[in-house]
Amino acid sequence: MPKPLRIVMWIGVALLGALAVATIALRRGEQINAMWLVVAAFCSFALGYRFYSKFISAKVLALDEQRATPAERLENGRDFVPTNKWVVFGHHFAAIAGPGPLVGPVLAAQFGYLPGTLWVLAGAVFGGCVQDFVILLFSIRRDGKSMTEMAREEIGRVGGFVAYLAVISIIIILLGATALIVVNALKSSPWGTFTIAMTIPIALIMGLYLRRLRPGKVLETSILGFVLVMLAIWGGQWASQTASVARVFTLTAPTLAILIILYGFAASALPVWLLLAPRDYLSTFVKLGTIALLALGIVALRPTLHMPALTRFVDGTGPVFAGSIFPFAFITIACGAISGFHSLIASGTTPKLIRRESEARMVGYGAMLAESTVAIMAMIAACVLQPGTYFAINSPAGVVGQAPEVAAATITAWGFPVTAAEMHSLAQAVGEQTLFNRTGGAPAFAVGMAHIFSNSLGGQAVMALWYHFAIMFEALFILTILDAGTRVGRFMVQDALGHIWKPLGRTSWYPSIVATSALVVAAWGFFLWQGVKDPVGGINSLWPLFGISNQLLATVALCVATTIITKMGKARYALVTLLPLGWLVSVTFTAAWQKIFDPHSRIGFLAHARNLAASAPTHEASRLIFNDRLDAVVTGFLLIMVVLILLESTLECARVLSGRKQPGVKETPFVASRFAMEEQG
Amino acid sequence: MMHLRKMVDIVLAALREIFDESAYRRFLERRQAVSSRKAYAEFMREHELLRARRPRCC
Repeated sequence: MPKPLRIVMWIGVALLGALAVATIALRRGEQINAMWLVVAAFCSFALGYRFYSKFISAKVLALDEQRATPAERLENGRDFVPTNKWVVFGHHFAAIAGPGPLVGPVLAAQFGYLPGTLWVLAGAVFGGCVQDFVILLFSIRRDGKSMTEMAREEIGRVGGFVAYLAVISIIIILLGATALIVVNALKSSPWGTFTIAMTIPIALIMGLYLRRLRPGKVLETSILGFVLVMLAIWGGQWASQTASVARVFTLTAPTLAILIILYGFAASALPVWLLLAPRDYLSTFVKLGTIALLALGIVALRPTLHMPALTRFVDGTGPVFAGSIFPFAFITIACGAISGFHSLIASGTTPKLIRRESEARMVGYGAMLAESTVAIMAMIAACVLQPGTYFAINSPAGVVGQAPEVAAATITAWGFPVTAAEMHSLAQAVGEQTLFNRTGGAPAFAVGMAHIFSNSLGGQAVMALWYHFAIMFEALFILTILDAGTRVGRFMVQDALGHIWKPLGRTSWYPSIVATSALVVAAWGFFLWQGVKDPVGGINSLWPLFGISNQLLATVALCVATTIITKMGKARYALVTLLPLGWLVSVTFTAAWQKIFDPHSRIGFLAHARNLAASAPTHEASRLIFNDRLDAVVTGFLLIMVVLILLESTLECARVLSGRKQPGVKETPFVASRFAMEEQG
Repeated sequence: MMHLRKMVDIVLAALREIFDESAYRRFLERRQAVSSRKAYAEFMREHELLRARRPRCC
């Protein structure tokens, strides 16, 4: 394309983006079409990728086409494999995209569609994508080293230790919080529970098919599994309508929690690969398909957003979770804007597959943009619901009341009209007994998704099928994260304990496997149990804790990146990572401080404990007080860890900037790329 | 038409990588073996340990 035409095109994209952002930001008192969000995202992401990521590639990282990557130098056909950039992009996207970008925006929609959307747009372009991109490139230049190894080498021993603790903490809190989402989605839902239970025999059938009949044909097996899961969803309707079967699959939240804890332990400690590997493939297959389907559904339906741009809950009195727009909107949406967890993947498998340095831009920056697009779709799914319906689903009984009429009256009094009869009809339409108090984000997302799908494919008659398809998709995926996360946590604990006593570090020694699995499961199981027994739904305390720990991990990653950029002698460009780092420090430290010390009992852990201590002493109250104090200690511990890495990183940068230490980084020496030479002939 | 075909090929290649079909093919090439129940069981044993250590994002 000729240059003048390109300039005109990019000016057009910028103007269209500005118009879309202005429309979503400035319209008040009238509903807007969801396509404005899509256009705003498309234009912002296109501009961010074209200009900002190119600037980072050229000036900050100086990507070198001539430099061989570890995939080329260390190629072994196992983990180091030079791979087509689009294939790596798909692989990386499949690893980073999870339930986070779906749940976070749904919860943050209590502030209205505007805060979450703007945070996703700006957070991704200037924060999340930058973090993923620079960590990926730095790992590539260090033979695919992990984030914790880079922290130890480039910042110091404390940095490495803190990064390790941050990673293990976030894994445990993440597993507890996401398990709670599954429990809330499946409690008293025979249809949903039946469908998820059926995925166990389906996975076994897939495993046998894969091993005995068609070795290695995973795609074909996943398609077979998908067909069987669709049949299970259809069968779930029968299960929910047959009294004797429905009784078996109607489970309370504590029962579901115990089953999930047992599942997590079995998945980590027992050799059940025949079940786990096919489930993993199946969940990835369903995830990629559903995201694609949701995107098509939104574009085909172009739904109207019923949620206002801003709600009255920007003041911090929201029923979904307590806390004002700053800082809580920014920790509620982590994945989708910036997620510390991505730094583990960007310094894990992906750097070992990249063929050329220049491809890190598309994979690191680009895949994160794709995930942010998923977050925008989740925001749309939540905001197409009537606000009254949204709050009825997402508000815990402890806030709006247990009885449907009372809950509906409370929500209507907030200015979001809803009736118990409307909610009853909606529950019937989606095949549930009730949709009141279904906290956690997953049911609200499923209703929104069912609304979009049923209006574009199949009509109202199949709304229940779409709803349970969405629930199955989220639950299946979260359960896969639970078993994979427990095993990753177990390996990390074994690695650490192996330094104390060698046999504990042996991944094949069964006593160590059982002990470390029990340790990891007990840790996240504690948080899950705490959430299940919490009278205000658990999400209010667990999701912010997860958001804080995830963003603190991003702070660690950005500390590592800023230190490396400074040591590369490019301190003048350090703002690229310092800007999101400064923002995250202010957000996470404010959120953590408020979660510990805020005088309002719905926000501050200690204030809540004090309130309970002042009431009549019961066993239940003592347990809740202990949980509050433990949450406060965990939050404080994470904060101290991050202060330590911030200090060590600042000192390291100061030593370089003041000339007390020679600039220099621990990169693998330059080796000329064979691929580059072949291309040049 | 050529572009469309190229795009489909890339999507299929990405899916094969995500679903470990490519990893299995490389395993067979490395061992100079043909696909069989035994070869796949060996691949799973080798590959599962690698998979188990991979974090999956939220």
